[in-house]
Order: sequence, then structure tokens, then C-alpha cells
Amino acid sequence: MSLVIDDLTVTIGDRRVVDGVSLHVPDGARVGMIGESGSGKSLTTLAVLGLLPDGARATGSIRLDGRELLGASERELAGLRGRVVGTVFQDPGTTLDPVVTVGRQIAEPLRLHTRIGRRDARARAVAAAAEVGLPEPESVVDLYPHQLSGGQRQRVGIAMALINRPGLVLADEPTTALDVTTQAEVLALFQRLVDERRTSLLFVTHDLAVLSRITDHAAVLSHGRVVESGPVEQLLHRPEHEVTRGLVEATRATTWRAS
Amino acid sequence: MRRGAFVRDLLGRPQGAFGVGWLAVVVACAVVSRFWTPLDPFDTDPYSAWLTPSPAHPFGTDSVGRDIFSYVFAATGTTVVVAVASGVVATVVGVGLAALGSLTARWVRESVAVLIDVLVAFPTLLIAMALAAAFGGSLTVVVVAVGIGYGVSIARVSRSEIRRVARTDYVLAARANGLGTGAVLRRHLLPNVAPVFVVQLSLSMATSVLAEAGLSFLGYGAPADTASWGRLLSDLQKFIGIHPGSVVWPGLAITLTVLALNLLGDAVRDASDPRLRSGRAGRGAAAGPTGRPTGPTGPVTPAAPSRPVAPEVVS
Repeated sequence: MSLVIDDLTVTIGDRRVVDGVSLHVPDGARVGMIGESGSGKSLTTLAVLGLLPDGARATGSIRLDGRELLGASERELAGLRGRVVGTVFQDPGTTLDPVVTVGRQIAEPLRLHTRIGRRDARARAVAAAAEVGLPEPESVVDLYPHQLSGGQRQRVGIAMALINRPGLVLADEPTTALDVTTQAEVLALFQRLVDERRTSLLFVTHDLAVLSRITDHAAVLSHGRVVESGPVEQLLHRPEHEVTRGLVEATRATTWRAS
Repeated sequence: MRRGAFVRDLLGRPQGAFGVGWLAVVVACAVVSRFWTPLDPFDTDPYSAWLTPSPAHPFGTDSVGRDIFSYVFAATGTTVVVAVASGVVATVVGVGLAALGSLTARWVRESVAVLIDVLVAFPTLLIAMALAAAFGGSLTVVVVAVGIGYGVSIARVSRSEIRRVARTDYVLAARANGLGTGAVLRRHLLPNVAPVFVVQLSLSMATSVLAEAGLSFLGYGAPADTASWGRLLSDLQKFIGIHPGSVVWPGLAITLTVLALNLLGDAVRDASDPRLRSGRAGRGAAAGPTGRPTGPTGPVTPAAPSRPVAPEVVS
């Protein structure tokens, strides 16, 4: 499934927080979007979902397999969310409902978009939990989010995003809230699942090291604009824009400190 | 939510056990009193006025020789009807206004918020007395007035809770899964608001018992042919200087019932929040084969505020 973002501009009040962003995720490709916080990455993903905050206005064009999403009816968008477009959010500690069991949350998109009974939904949730490597999937689905570790919660988030086998996955900093070891595990899981299903992926992060492990192409955002884009290797080794250079420096710094 | 775990946890808490136990007794008395009371609660007998407690009259008799025990027993029905009916009215008013005040278009929800604030400013007892003056005193007036009065304060608290929860990441995530406003309300907002709501509801039911007693005490509530704890209290307190012992019984019944409702509300709140639920049902159960500890509670949102709004004092 291909995603084409063309000249997307998001204004809040009279501030242009996303300013003419264009980005292309070809069918089955893994594309990254990188930038420091406040650069408009998250708003771009929310615009794709049609979930911009109150008072934000988007112009330009967002096409999913040629279908225009900007200006589409809420009903049409709701039918795409969770079914055709899966989303993994940043902080699994806050994106899971604390009072709903893990299994019911994993199965929620399924129950919503398909006619499936409670029992079948549970079985699918167990299968999905096993697929993302949650321990004891049979019993883990009856636990509440606070009973899981951060990495396990993000696995739940991934299971939830992928349960309807979406053609496009949006990942908004899915590993940022995790510690380094868990980050590597979750990234590997992500990579495997996306590969297996030939899902298109838009991966948002501020960490070039993470990006280089999972995507081939990336766009660098700064103050709502794309300042540089190209193969990740090129961004990493021959950065042209100073923002990109800054991100590379930051990556080196953390890598050195780690080693 | 798994019902078994909830009920077990509820009854495992002393407040929950007491609340459920006492209210079960009250409801049982209410049902039985429809068909049978030890003596006719309205049967007067001037020759047996002010008898002290005895096996024949466990709570003694009043100024006209009515058996106080039978009267208190018969009045449980009134209390249960008032508490349940005003609880229902308060829930409908409260949830309705809260949803209107939080999930609708901006101008609607802002107007509803103002309306709620205006209505909260009216003392419930005044509404009841105004209604009683217009339509005559009856239990319906008590139920409507208390239901609206406390429904509005439930609405105010629930509205801000819904607004808070609606801004959380998990609601955004739910919407990213395709849930519409109604489904988000049903599946994520109400379950998360429930703890605060339940406490408010139990307060309003408890207060409705007090309000019925208070209004009947003032003569605006239950009509003379309906047994009511408040009316009995009002009858007996005229003689409090001479026969102080008899006032204790309706007073005790009111106090215990209000206390039971309050404690039950607290227990339900604690038991309905999986993060507060006691027992070994979870933590660590998922560590499993990876051997990784399941970790601390982490950055999970803090538990619901314990006691949102104090009830108006009904005297």
C-alpha cells in the first residue's frame, strides 16, 4: 500500500507547524521520518490518520493508494483507521487503557472492523500475543497493562496495530520510551513482522541509529519542513544539511558513550 | 473486567463486606415489609404509649402507642425506593450532562458547563422544598429533586474526568484504531471515569436517604400514611427531653444505611480499578519464560482522586 504526502501544511492558529512536507512511502517500502522534537513529525502522522488536535487545519494532499484522505469524511477515515492503517505510538505506558485487559485491547480493532465473536476474538488475541513474543499468551491476555513491563506493553501495542493486517503501519517513536536492550528487541520484532507481511511502514523517530536499522529511506524534518531526504546510509555518512549533521553527531555521541 | 475478581475483591474489603451486608439486610426488610410486619406500624393504642423496649416491642412504642420496631421496619421500603429511584435519576442526569458537556461541539459543551455550574449553585433541599410547595409533598418530589440535584454534581465531577481521560494517549490510540465517539465513550471513557462516578453516585444515594429523612422531618416528604425514618424522627424528637431513648432507633437506621452506602461506594471504586485491586491475580504472573521481571507499575496514570466533592450537608 502506497502513501503519498504532497505539500502537507498544518496550521494551528496562524502558526505553520508543518510547512509543505512531501513524502512518498512506496508499496512495501520502509521509510523513516526523523527530526528533533517539535519538528512536526507527530503532527504529520496524525494528519494521515485525520486525528489532528482541535483547531489544527491541514492543507495539501495525503493519498493512500491514490485515495485522498484530507477532507475525507470522518466515517470513511474511521473505517481506515485500525483496519488499513495500523498505528504504534510512542509511550506504551500511556497508550494502553489501564482498566481494560490486554487481550481485549489487542482484539479491539478486530472486534470493531469485523464481525467476530467474543470467543474468536480472544483466540485471535492469544495468537497475536504469541506472534509478538509475549510470554504465556494464554494467560497474558487476561492481565492489565500495569502488570506488564514497558517492552511487553509495546509488544501489545504492536500486536494491536497489526491484528487487522493493515497495508500501512505508522510508527510514531515506538522505541523511544524503552531502554536500549528492549529497544533492540522491539525493533527486531518490528522488522520481522513488517517483512513477513510486506507492510508499508512510515517510521518516525529522532534517533538516526534506530532509523538506520529499520528503514532504507528517510526524510529529515526541521521546523515543519523537509530539509533533506535520501537513503539512510547517505544521510548517515554524507549529511548535507546542518540539522542532519546534528542528528549524526548526536548518534555518534550516544554510541560512544555506550561503548 | 472479570466479574469474579471484582466481586471477590469487593467482599474481601471490610467496607465492602459491611456495605453489602447492611444494604442486603435493608433490602430484605424492605421486601418483607411489603407483605408482613411484626405489628401494624400505624396501629395506635393510647394505653401502651411510651413503653420501654421489651420482647413484644423491641424498640418500645411512641406517643400514640405505635410499635417503633414495626414502623422502622416498614419504612425501609420507603428508603430503598427513594435511594434507588434518585440514584437512577442522578445517573441519567449526571452521565447525560457530563457527556453533553465534554464530547460535543465546543459551543454546546461550554454552554452545558455553564448550565451545570448554575444548577450546582442551587441547594438541593431548596429545589425540593420549592417543588414540594408547588406540587405538594410526595416521594416523587424528593426523588426528582435529589436526583437532579446530585445528578448535577455528578455531572460536574464526571465532566472534568471525561475531559481529562479524553485527552489521554490511550483514547487517541483507540481513535487511531477506528473507534468513533460513542464507542470511545462506552469502552474507554466510562470505564475510566467509573471509579469517580461510583463514589459520587453512592454519595448521592446516601444523601437521598438523608434528604428524604430531612424533608419528611420538615413535613415536605413522605405523606402521613407512608412510613418514613425522617417522619418518625421528627415525631419522636418532640419528646426528646422526656423519652430520649426512642429517637435512637430511626437515627441509628439512617446513620447505618448512609454509612453503608458511603463505604460501599469507596469499596466499589477501589475494587473496580485493577491497579488498586488487591490479591495476587497479576503482578509477576507474566514474567514467564523470558524470566524478565514484569517491572514496577511504571508511568501509569495515578489512581483516581479519592474523594472528589464533599456532599452538601443535609440537616
